[in-house]
Amino acid sequence: MSQFAINMIFVLGSFVIYTWIAVWARAKSTREFYIAGGEVHPVMNGMATAADWLSAASFLSVAGLISVGYVNSSFVMGWTGGYVLLATLLAPYLRRFGTYTVPDFVGKRYDSKAARVVAVVCLIIISLTYVIGQMTGAGVAFARFLEVSADWGLILSAIVVFFYAVLGGMKGVTYTQVAQYVVLILAFTIPAIYLSLMMTGNFFPQAGFVGDHTASGMPLLHKLNQVVSDLGFQDYTQDVSNKWNMFLFTLTLMVGTAGLPHVIIRFFTVPNIQDARWSAGWALVFIALFYTTVPALAAMSRLNLIETVFPQGTDQPSLVYEERPEWFKNWEVTGLLTFNDKNNDGRIQFYNDGTLPTPDKTFDKAEERGWMGNELTVNNDIMVLAVPEIANMPPWLIGLMAAGAIAASLSTASGLLLAISSALSHDLLKNTLTPNITDKQEMLYARISMTVAIIVATWLGLNPPGFAAQTVALAFGIAASSIFPVLMMGIFFARINSRGAVAGMLAGSTFTIGYIFTYLGIFFIPGTNFLQNTPSEWIFGISPLSVGCIGAAINFTTAITVSLLTEKPSEEIQEMVRRVRYP
Amino acid sequence: MPKEISERDKAYWATNLRLIIITICIWATVSYGFGILLRPLLMGIHIGGADMGFWFAQQGAIFTFLALIFFYSWRMNALDKEYGLEE
Repeated sequence: MSQFAINMIFVLGSFVIYTWIAVWARAKSTREFYIAGGEVHPVMNGMATAADWLSAASFLSVAGLISVGYVNSSFVMGWTGGYVLLATLLAPYLRRFGTYTVPDFVGKRYDSKAARVVAVVCLIIISLTYVIGQMTGAGVAFARFLEVSADWGLILSAIVVFFYAVLGGMKGVTYTQVAQYVVLILAFTIPAIYLSLMMTGNFFPQAGFVGDHTASGMPLLHKLNQVVSDLGFQDYTQDVSNKWNMFLFTLTLMVGTAGLPHVIIRFFTVPNIQDARWSAGWALVFIALFYTTVPALAAMSRLNLIETVFPQGTDQPSLVYEERPEWFKNWEVTGLLTFNDKNNDGRIQFYNDGTLPTPDKTFDKAEERGWMGNELTVNNDIMVLAVPEIANMPPWLIGLMAAGAIAASLSTASGLLLAISSALSHDLLKNTLTPNITDKQEMLYARISMTVAIIVATWLGLNPPGFAAQTVALAFGIAASSIFPVLMMGIFFARINSRGAVAGMLAGSTFTIGYIFTYLGIFFIPGTNFLQNTPSEWIFGISPLSVGCIGAAINFTTAITVSLLTEKPSEEIQEMVRRVRYP
Repeated sequence: MPKEISERDKAYWATNLRLIIITICIWATVSYGFGILLRPLLMGIHIGGADMGFWFAQQGAIFTFLALIFFYSWRMNALDKEYGLEE
């Protein structure tokens, strides 16, 4: 059977499962549509949260990002550490309060339509930015594995999501996410285990990561440091000089994670507050399975790539182009690997010739060895995508990987779409514009909102606007500077009133967006930035990607000041805060 | 009229806040401390082939986060039971 047929069987097979779940998990009330009836088992919810969280970018690109070296550890800590904040500061109390959506909590706690609407706007900016990347990610996965154009892949994915999200709402989304988690975690960890066995003899990649490299007998990370350094790249484990910015960036990712509405609403689906706490733990178990594997896979893939190009060691002549392995040829076709024989010696020279982003060290023996520049460009996504072929894994595993990449995109997309549609139907329609509708009518509006959200997301995925590539800056920046503080203050500071909450959200998000636009351009249009996006131009050395936590601090300060200067919240609200803390 | 906040309620909330502060302190120490700011000081300590700061930044922090959430959930759920707040 051809690889194409195998990939097709895996992807279509997974689609059949998702559609079957859609039919089985039809929502019969708004309670089922918004929070799956509040009856999801904490372990199941943990799995669904992990699938919600692990996106197309996590699956395809994070290992590549991490393979740059220690500097990108921020992503590893940032995208896991937020769950500690969720578990201790937000999720249990919001579950006890018992709302359907995130803006719903804001609207009720502050007894303010204005606060609710501001929260809805923030939610929509965050989730829309985020969902575009998922739609294009699904398209890319299709194009890579199924020889379908990315556009058609995207449309097909949207149709599948339409089935289970419109029919089942949160109930359908939850149970498909559980299935999608199983597919994606197998697809990610099995290749990593193969690679770890091949390179270190350890079954667990986490052990191989700190273990010895079989071929040289040296610790894997020492060997990696040695070969990258031999070729003029920065040491893999080299410390960073701008710790201040690394600290702020990690903090922004953590606080942003805790403020993402599509993650928070997952905790509304468990039966009670005790389960909400356990569920946060289970979510991190399933996420940790992924994120502790990522650094191992990144290091091993990077070492493997260099060993492929320098089969006899970095001080010996490099690989003859005509003798390159089969997987190398396959990925050349996709353009993810490109070779340009600058010195016409028929060999592949791969080194830091000073044109790479880390030119603090360059390879000084180039001239001596007759090299005339780096000849191999590598797209970092290859660190994940090429592993099955590098490790000579059976063809069905490549099929599983195709299904896994698509599962990662769809599970996150559906969670985001649900957050958007419930904010539209429950917050904007039911609680602001048309309060007198019945449960049945609201359900219909919820399904219409979901359909609209899918159509908009599909259209934006097909015609991605400039901000589509800015998920980290926009989504995490705004989540950290608006949603997280307003929720946390709602629980922990009884004195915060509606004026304070609205002023805080506006100040935090306006500052964050303003700072980002200053360096990355207004609406990310190239050339409209006021200042150059270079470390020397950053105010106090803060990169625009790290500014969300500063925005959060501004939000807290503004909200507290404004609240103290204006009236105390009413008795009913104080009672509400009491109920969130101890019923 | 809102219910008076009793001494019992206050004691419950104070215990919760104390647990949160402990959790957050450890959370910050392993990630921002060991993983980022204190890494140069910990270079001499090795965990397998990695220095301690690097290992915490890429593995250890996550394991600690996990332990923290389960510890907090276990303590808080026990506290809820003690105060009869189970749902």
